[in-house]
Amino acid sequence: MSDDLDLTRLTAHDLAARLRSGETTSREITAAHLERAHATDRGLHAWLTLDDDRALSEADAADARLAAARAQGDGAVDALHPLLGIPVALKDLVSLAGGQCTAGSRILEGYTAPFDAHITERLRAAGAVILGKTNMDEFAMGSSTEHSAYGPTSNPWDLDRVPGGSSGGSAAAVAAYHVPLGIGTDTGGSIRQPAALCGVVGMKPTYGRVSRYGIVAFASSLDQIGPFARDARDAAALLHAVSGRDDRDSTSAPEPVPDDLLRLAASDDQAASWLQGKRLGLPREYFVAGMEPGVEARVREAVSALEGAGASVEEVSLPHTDYGLATYYIVAPAEASANLARYDGVRFGYSVRGGDDYLADYLATRGGGFGAEVKRRIMLGTYALSAGYYDAFYLKAQKVRTLIKRDFDRLWEQGFDALVAPTSPSVAFRFGARMADPVQMYLSDACTLPVNMAGLPGISVPCGLSEGLPVGLQLIGGAWSEASLLRAARAYEGATAGAGWRLIQPHDLPSLDDPSVVTPDVRFAAAAAAE
Amino acid sequence: MAALTRADVEHVAYLARLGLTDDELTRLEGQLNHILDQYAKLAELDTDHIPPTAQTIELENILREDVAQPSMPPEAVLGNAPEREDDFFVVPAILGGD
Repeated sequence: MSDDLDLTRLTAHDLAARLRSGETTSREITAAHLERAHATDRGLHAWLTLDDDRALSEADAADARLAAARAQGDGAVDALHPLLGIPVALKDLVSLAGGQCTAGSRILEGYTAPFDAHITERLRAAGAVILGKTNMDEFAMGSSTEHSAYGPTSNPWDLDRVPGGSSGGSAAAVAAYHVPLGIGTDTGGSIRQPAALCGVVGMKPTYGRVSRYGIVAFASSLDQIGPFARDARDAAALLHAVSGRDDRDSTSAPEPVPDDLLRLAASDDQAASWLQGKRLGLPREYFVAGMEPGVEARVREAVSALEGAGASVEEVSLPHTDYGLATYYIVAPAEASANLARYDGVRFGYSVRGGDDYLADYLATRGGGFGAEVKRRIMLGTYALSAGYYDAFYLKAQKVRTLIKRDFDRLWEQGFDALVAPTSPSVAFRFGARMADPVQMYLSDACTLPVNMAGLPGISVPCGLSEGLPVGLQLIGGAWSEASLLRAARAYEGATAGAGWRLIQPHDLPSLDDPSVVTPDVRFAAAAAAE
Repeated sequence: MAALTRADVEHVAYLARLGLTDDELTRLEGQLNHILDQYAKLAELDTDHIPPTAQTIELENILREDVAQPSMPPEAVLGNAPEREDDFFVVPAILGGD
């Protein structure tokens, strides 16, 4: 390996090629990423744990697998998954046997996962190296990672701003070159919105594509697991590794995992040519009131680029979009209130004992273990499901959910290949800006949560900068259309490969290397004091 | 839609088994009512003849053979117990008396 090559700047597929050519090793790749993560996480707080010893031993095992395959011949090397030897970040709600799994909550502090999640098993089978666990909003409830019980994460593009959420740690770690790939979960936008705010690719697959076995549950009819990466090809490879039916999650679908995910075009021109003759819809309701002009301008420019590459773009309507927020904030808290009933201080987690009776112990355990946003959601959900209100709230929301889903179905029936929309109505906002008013925070996901309500796949790809901060372009497809959606994302990358904004990276902006850099919790406290 | 009173908030907190401070109850009363105001929008829609959607991929009756599968050893299951006695979780007494 040449001395001036920084392995942390490379994509996973580039690293995979260099591994196979013998130019580098997984140990070198892993050590370089660990070194950068340790050296520059003080100002970010993207990670809750980094496990050097385990990661390096997984890297050695990957190197040994590659050597064994080489000894068998080219066929055996070709059969290895592209993720072999490549570092991956896990959001800290994915079970990794013997490791912590806090879900960003005090109530799971000290809990040790007794088993691997399905996706952890799949990553191990592919030979990926798990670098550590990333920060998140408590129980994935939030859009800024400010609701983590372990302190907030900063956005690598501007350390006084949020990375988005709830998977803000994984998004920030990928954007800051700590790791080429990260895992997140998306219930209402928790992968796509932080991907947009951090300038990386993030995908929420079709509901049922990835087994949730071993993932801390939030809202079970909405939660999906998906990839973060710095380009579409890498996101596709990570999705390929973790997808597929698993008997332990009966909502995981018996859909074949498309190997096309591993065959996204390498050349920009070839990738962009995919758009010729494709029909894309531009939902007018997604250009919501309050959208920042810079965000709208970048998204409209992206639409022009798609048209320039041969796609036809038509304005379309998703008439029930405006009801998405209210529907989501009934369905998701209702399901959360049921899922979070398990945290009772008896079998695991934070536990307060010694009250007058069992009820006193429950109240003290749950009152002390959950943070403010989680309590708010449990209260909302409990109320929406309580006697006398079930029909007015939960049943009504489920019916409106049908209308939202039908809006999308109608467009697929009309033959649209995908929809194009903004991911987030704003760029990354400042610490504290949306903490005082929960509804303002909830509006962060206005453009993403209808996609969860309909169970569809959606992807956010970077499409330029506004005020020096990244803007995300969202592509939405029909159920099980991940391979096409990733081709569309890759085509957009190909069509805009020469754009000047692609040369500006967060790496070059804030001084993350400064050992005295102010930590996010201090920045957050200063913002709160100024409110 | 009816507004939540302080007593309603306390009742919901009890149903949810959340021990909340007076400050939390006060803050939640305002916040929950503000959020419930957003829900009112749904009343604009006539949904009388619309079926509810509980999940989106319409899988049903996922069955498997009824055969015993390996499960976690007791040590792994009990490893996170806040309080244990032999192979049991210690739970707070749920019946009155000594």
